[in-house]
Amino acid sequence: MLRVRNVGVHFGGIVALDDVSFEVPAGCIVGLIGPNGAGKTTLFNCLSRLYECDSGEILFDGRSLLRIPRHRIAGLGIGRTFQNLALFRTMSVLDNVMVGRHSHTSTGFFVNALRLPAVAREEQATHEKAWALLRLLELEAVAQVRVADLPFGTQKRVELARALASEPKLLLLDEPASGLNHEEVAILGTLIREIRDRLKLTVLLVEHHMSLVMGISDRVVALNFGKKIAEGTPAEVQQHPELIQAYLGAAT
Amino acid sequence: MNKRTLIGIVLVLLLACALPFAVSEYRNFQFTLVLIYSIALLGLNILTGFNGQISLGHGAFYAIGAYCAAILMEQAGLPYWATIPLAGALCLGAGFLFGLPALRLEGLYLALATFALGVSLPQLLKYHRLEEWTGGVQGIVITKPDAPEFLSGLNLALNQDQWLYFFTLAVAVLMFLLARNLLRGRIGRAMMAIRDNPIAAEAMGINISLVKSLTFGISAMFTGIAGALSAIAVQFVAPDSFNIFLSITFLIGIVIGGLASIPGALYGALFIQFVPNIADEISKAAPWAIFGLFLLGFTYLMPTGIAGAIRLGWVRLTRKAHHKPSRVTTILP
Ligand SMILES: Nc1ncnc2c1ncn2[C@@H]1O[C@H](COP(=O)(O)OP(=O)(O)OP(=O)(O)O)[C@@H](O)[C@H]1O
Ligand SMILES: [Mg+2]
Repeated sequence: MLRVRNVGVHFGGIVALDDVSFEVPAGCIVGLIGPNGAGKTTLFNCLSRLYECDSGEILFDGRSLLRIPRHRIAGLGIGRTFQNLALFRTMSVLDNVMVGRHSHTSTGFFVNALRLPAVAREEQATHEKAWALLRLLELEAVAQVRVADLPFGTQKRVELARALASEPKLLLLDEPASGLNHEEVAILGTLIREIRDRLKLTVLLVEHHMSLVMGISDRVVALNFGKKIAEGTPAEVQQHPELIQAYLGAAT
Repeated sequence: MNKRTLIGIVLVLLLACALPFAVSEYRNFQFTLVLIYSIALLGLNILTGFNGQISLGHGAFYAIGAYCAAILMEQAGLPYWATIPLAGALCLGAGFLFGLPALRLEGLYLALATFALGVSLPQLLKYHRLEEWTGGVQGIVITKPDAPEFLSGLNLALNQDQWLYFFTLAVAVLMFLLARNLLRGRIGRAMMAIRDNPIAAEAMGINISLVKSLTFGISAMFTGIAGALSAIAVQFVAPDSFNIFLSITFLIGIVIGGLASIPGALYGALFIQFVPNIADEISKAAPWAIFGLFLLGFTYLMPTGIAGAIRLGWVRLTRKAHHKPSRVTTILP
């Protein structure tokens, strides 16, 4: 489904990604791990076209992403969440999720200003889809609450709901468990698997919680200083000497 | 929209319809201006309040609309009502074209670019090569339209000022309706999403450049329509009525009225129309100092504008009445 081939990105002198290649097969949950600054978020940003790749190729469903404008990515079927929450803070939870449907709706300025029947129909459908996601993520009680007034954990779920609203084929999750307590992390793991099974998604998951990544991923890719250092099943990767080295090195 | 809001709007409209028969001719004229300002402020609020693009030069679009109406009426002989949609269309185009390069600018830089527009347009209007159309420094005098014939047939004899008030009211109601439709749906959400977080908005599939430049156009259209109405109401256009102070006044209007609030445009219009007069009555010597005091007072007492204060007051009132719990409890994942 997703093929990353020899991707390189640098910022001035810093090499954020160096000749990284891996694949994400359809229907899988692939974990992307690595110490701080390894280049995980940079890779996500290449996938959503926020950053330009200096070299390499990214193929999604066999099609190159590197010439596609940013706002088309969602429509192709790639949804994402952000490491440091990027919600529409003054808008309600429901409105945030409804914005997530933007790429699946099409009415423009003119028909909206006149509120033609097509608009009412589309709004109705958007509304229903958004509510279904609020139910799935248990956000109904806060549907009308301004996002900025919610606790961090709830905001994370709003972001997940918003990403799901675009009906992605590939879901990119950047540290969804950060800031959650132990119990919440476990629930999140079950939730990600359940969503994958129910909505038939493919998931690329960046996470520092090793128990979570190793517990739910089908495959794991490990980065360090922008280079891929290991790839395989969770069991294989966990044994990898370079990975152990990287994490120990980062810790000391 | 809930029932209470609907009843509120109907009451305000009834009051607005009764107004010209209850007040003096001069007051009637002032309220016509309030309606006109409210359309202009609504336009600026769509841009700044809802989409997050600051404009310090909306007086320019007001001027373009006004001159468009004046020239079309006095030189092309068009009826006054026909100039309104044409002025709107012209400003829609002008705003869109200005919005395109402005896409590269953000925050204070956009403020500067729009300021440049607002400060230079009055001078352009004085330019001698354009004098043939614009009337140069002298401006253009416009004849006041009469109430249509059929009204007297219906035993509804309105004088010119009253008619102009109702005509303006009808245009204002239409513009507020269009704005509400636009803002409550897909496009309105996209505008606000861009304001709150452009990166995330783009990741959700919103074409930021398109939405921002079209929003600029729509905003200019509203303000241009207001400008055209003002030319007809004041019966006169001249470059100096559209100086940069007008643009700043519009910005004051939307902030005091309430950013990103549709009724806020009306509250702001009442403020910019009447508070300078009140200040003038309090002190002939230093009206602007008094105006400044009012401005400080309002911003201090109503940090979210008049619309925000009304909303808050309303929530408190209804809460007391129902004894509802005030905090929403949330469930964790
Ligand atoms: N916009 C940018 N400009 C300059 N340097 C950047 C930029 N984005 C990332 N970097 C650098 O690229 C490297 C990789 O950063 P990245 O955010 O991808 O790491 P990460 O693996 O997501 O780390 P973390 O686990 O802390 O989120 C870091 O050295 C970072 O400082
Ligand atoms: Mg990161």
